[in-house]
Amino acid sequence: MCFALIAAGCGSSGSGGTVTLNWFVATQPGGTIEQVAKDCSKASGGRYTIDVQLLPTDASQQREQLVRRLAAKDSTVDLIGMDVIWTGEFANAGWISPFPEPEATEVTKDVFPSVVDTASFEKKVYGAPFNSNTQLLWYRKDLVKKAPETWDQMIKEADKLASQGKPALIQVQANKYEGFTVWFNALVESAGGTILSGPTTVSLPETPTEDALKVMGSLAASAGAAPNISTSDEDTARLGFEDGSSAFMLNYTFAYASAEANAPDVFKNMGFARYPRVVASKPSKPPLGGFNIGVGAYSTHQDLAFDAAACIGSDKSELTATELDGLPPSREHLYTDKVVTKAYPGFSQLVKESIDAAGPRPLTPAYQDVSLAIQDTLQPPDRIDPSDVTSLYDELKSRLEDAVNGKGLF
Amino acid sequence: MSDRSREERRLGWMLCAPAVIAMLLVTAYPIGYAIVLSVQHIDLRFPNEGGWVGLTNYQTVLTSSLWWTDVLNTVIITVVSVSIELALGMALALVMHRAIFGRGLVRTSVLVPYGIVTVVAAFAWFFAFDPGTGFVNHLPLIADDKAWFGDRWSAIGVIIAAEVWKTTPFMALLLLAGLTTIDGGLYEAAKVDGANAVQRFFRITLPLMKPAILVALLFRTLDAFRVFDTIFIMTRGAQNTESVSILGYNQIISRTNLGLGSAVSVLIFIAVLLIAFAFVRLLGVRMAEGRPGA
Repeated sequence: MCFALIAAGCGSSGSGGTVTLNWFVATQPGGTIEQVAKDCSKASGGRYTIDVQLLPTDASQQREQLVRRLAAKDSTVDLIGMDVIWTGEFANAGWISPFPEPEATEVTKDVFPSVVDTASFEKKVYGAPFNSNTQLLWYRKDLVKKAPETWDQMIKEADKLASQGKPALIQVQANKYEGFTVWFNALVESAGGTILSGPTTVSLPETPTEDALKVMGSLAASAGAAPNISTSDEDTARLGFEDGSSAFMLNYTFAYASAEANAPDVFKNMGFARYPRVVASKPSKPPLGGFNIGVGAYSTHQDLAFDAAACIGSDKSELTATELDGLPPSREHLYTDKVVTKAYPGFSQLVKESIDAAGPRPLTPAYQDVSLAIQDTLQPPDRIDPSDVTSLYDELKSRLEDAVNGKGLF
Repeated sequence: MSDRSREERRLGWMLCAPAVIAMLLVTAYPIGYAIVLSVQHIDLRFPNEGGWVGLTNYQTVLTSSLWWTDVLNTVIITVVSVSIELALGMALALVMHRAIFGRGLVRTSVLVPYGIVTVVAAFAWFFAFDPGTGFVNHLPLIADDKAWFGDRWSAIGVIIAAEVWKTTPFMALLLLAGLTTIDGGLYEAAKVDGANAVQRFFRITLPLMKPAILVALLFRTLDAFRVFDTIFIMTRGAQNTESVSILGYNQIISRTNLGLGSAVSVLIFIAVLLIAFAFVRLLGVRMAEGRPGA
């Protein structure tokens, strides 16, 4: 490692040598990361090469590894593939640097406002949005004529299918991990509430929260609940849909290409629709995922790293991610590009609409505590009694108050 | 005390000194540091906050229902797994002791699970019970779609099974050591007096093995109370299967709240000390002499 750096002219900005920038990021199975690193290194005209340092695939472990490096002021961390929920924590701790102008404007230009929010903290831009992501409702057109508009309709439909002996499961993500928080947040947001109203202020209005809890509890108690609901994640959901036992699935866009490759019989009847509503009168606010590229605060090559981050967040790189891994771009105008319309045949506008309407997860330096408080209180979903959610609501609210104030055990 | 014994005692201390110094460096310092951290508010995510907070962190932990749920889980896993290990370990020790043909092979094969890295063993058990990859759900009498890790008690059951499989050999080995110290003449005398096999086991084997059993129980209990790897791999604490060590990990590694996490660690340390104390004082384990006290 050290030899490589020395050979590459480590730290010698005056000598005109090529600087190596380390990009800590989770891998993508289609090869996006390596391709983008190669393209941007080439585009720099020899000023830098991006060296990819792969992180684990599990999001919690990605964060834990990065936090350990950053808390120890590791100067080899130049570029970071940040999950949209890390910005507040990393920025507040001083682990990443805000983008200077003109890069800050460049990397957020034409990006969905919901995504720009996830890359910002205290009005400064801390990340170059790379890919975005959102969940759609996937369903079986041979089992239901029309996609359900609301969660209640979907659960009723599942009960009906089950009583006819047909595939009836509704695949969600309800294991004790970040995916559970994603689900809960989308339900609260769709019901018209919000978990936090500021970095340290709990909002959690009672009616929308209770509506969300009722959806979780009734799904867990219905015939639509998968046997493995309390250990379910994105992948078990996909597998459960592909094996033909499910009528519905809430999942990210990768599920489409995956079904096409693995389950042609299911795929030919695979329909898509917007994330279901919680309250019939309010449009849903779907989950928002994706990665922003941050620049490490202890990096010795920050100028070049901002340049590289802008390149990784450029239109070209975003389209590479769409082409190779089916990841949705974070810029609105790209949704008419043929790379995108080819990746999402017939639903590219739906993906765009879904990201535009998304309800991001709370933006707070204490995000980890907030998420753990939600998981500790509500998971597994079958502990939620849909006919009596008031006491659970009170417990959740007090745990969240502790969480934003950095108190309590999670 | 005579001059000679005083000299011997001094020599003893001098011979021990390097070990004592090494122990102080590698254990006393981290323990002391953890205690110092546990009375402060330190969270790496909030570098501008901090300061001495006295016993607040301990208060937070001890008044949290999560801590007590986790203590209960840990105690259940410890008591159940160590009891099963003792019974199985004793049976294995007797087999290993009596084996005439292929004694080496028997002893080696019994030890295999203990030689496997805990994380690897945990993954093997996880994949075996996972409805997607495992063979367990294809066995007769088991529902094909049983989600073992989706329910608290079935998940704890699998965790205990994996722990038992992994550490029974250790128990068996310690018990075997105790078994070999028993004078064979005692059994012959008992046989002559007309004692049957059951009587010989309960009247001779068990009483004479008490020191070995207690030492084995002490080691395993201390180990089992700190159970981490298996739970981390299988459930990560989901479905209420968290142990106190997982709780400590969440505070220190996930939340980087070093103060709270250190308080949890110190409390675990105190619990371990209490267990050791109880074994030594109440049950009379004499580690050095390997004999029960008066």
